[in-house]
Amino acid sequence: MAGTLRVNPIACTGHGVCAELLPELIAVDEWGYPLIDPRPVPGALERGARRAVSACPALALRIARIEEPARSG
Amino acid sequence: MNTALNEETAPEDLQAHLSRYGAVPYRGRTSTLIPDLEASGLTGRGGAAFPVHRKLAAVARAKGTRKVAVANGAESEPASRKDELLLRIAPHLVLDGLQLAAEAVGATEAHLYLHAAPGPQILRALAERTAQGVDRLPVTITQAPPRFLAGQETALINRLGGGPALPAFQPPRVSERGLGGAPTLVQNAETLAHLALIARYGPRWFRAVGTPEEPGSMLTTLYRARVRTEIHEVAIGTPLRALLGDGPQAQAWLVGGYHGTWLPLPQARELTLDHASLRTFGAAPGAGVLAALPADRCGLAETARITTYLAAESAGQCGPCLNGLPRIAAALTELAAGRANLQTRANLERWSGLVTGRGACHHPDGTVRFVRSALKVFAPEIDRHARGQCAATSREPFLPLPDRAPASEQDWI
Repeated sequence: MAGTLRVNPIACTGHGVCAELLPELIAVDEWGYPLIDPRPVPGALERGARRAVSACPALALRIARIEEPARSG
Repeated sequence: MNTALNEETAPEDLQAHLSRYGAVPYRGRTSTLIPDLEASGLTGRGGAAFPVHRKLAAVARAKGTRKVAVANGAESEPASRKDELLLRIAPHLVLDGLQLAAEAVGATEAHLYLHAAPGPQILRALAERTAQGVDRLPVTITQAPPRFLAGQETALINRLGGGPALPAFQPPRVSERGLGGAPTLVQNAETLAHLALIARYGPRWFRAVGTPEEPGSMLTTLYRARVRTEIHEVAIGTPLRALLGDGPQAQAWLVGGYHGTWLPLPQARELTLDHASLRTFGAAPGAGVLAALPADRCGLAETARITTYLAAESAGQCGPCLNGLPRIAAALTELAAGRANLQTRANLERWSGLVTGRGACHHPDGTVRFVRSALKVFAPEIDRHARGQCAATSREPFLPLPDRAPASEQDWI
């Protein structure tokens, strides 16, 4: 299943575990909060992405299905 | 159309209201108003300009025995005064709209959300309607805390549910799961007044003013030099200079309020008040706040002051907004004070990029739009300030801010 990584910015507390586990797709900004590659997770990184999701201590990271519509205003 | 609303106007009582506009045109069935709203082209007047018929249709088709309709009168933008005035001088029009929208979506509950304690006009209007059996649903009033984000749709839902008025992250759409999980319609107060008129006079009447793509009129709050604040109902597509003037007394225009955009003069002088025109400058009408910054004021100082307020109004829930906005505000204050160093502008650019798109709500994005437009429009001033100069001759603040900036957790309730 193709998906993209999404962070819930309210839940995220900037532990940075995700960026350590998946530096290919996640960096941290100067305050420690994740900067996430918005493109679909490539097949080769899917396992790593799932690992980052389950390792997040704040349960703030998930993989969203591509067809999920963006929020309207 | 460009009509100044008289703030001294006495509110129309129910009898006068009904004899002027006729009875509240209930349709007797849900959904029949929605095609008329679609044909009218009415969009939300709270700032986002979302097509009204689509929101109503979503709630009407959502499953649930309990459904909720909310009139949002909590304009939290401190520069916008139009909903407050409308609710004061024409409460029955808004309340008609709430009942009609509630009927159209099959709502079982109606709410009115206000940014202050309800004025006597509203309480009297509701009492009259109850006494004369005009309302199909009783209306529950809830007061919003005096915060910039309290009128945001998910914050409103949280507040009506008894919690703090904090925005939520990517909730299911409130039209599917809003208050207490019930499908919920939230419409701005002015939008409901337009809806009440469209229900009576039809889409063709509504389209008599405005542009074919953006029909109708909208309320604007106007700030100009040496004139007191005025609320005008104007046709969408009205030239901005007809509202703000474009003489030498103005140095820049602000459209769309504090999440809006500074426009340079004279480059922007041909723009009109509609999305199609304003888009060419990256701007939008928003909730109709329009200001002409007088030539004797400092645009940087104004921007720094407003941004400091916006930073303090962050709900503090999302890391980038919590960390970024105060730094952006501090950097702008340095620029305005002529204390900036070589790093300041680079920092501003980087932080602006870092906060954009990373909040649960649009607060960081709106703030950055405002800041970036200032950096562009007031670029010559930034250079002047770097040399220790400032073209302004008056230090008196121009754009309004609330007297008291609340800051404690309690203030969200």
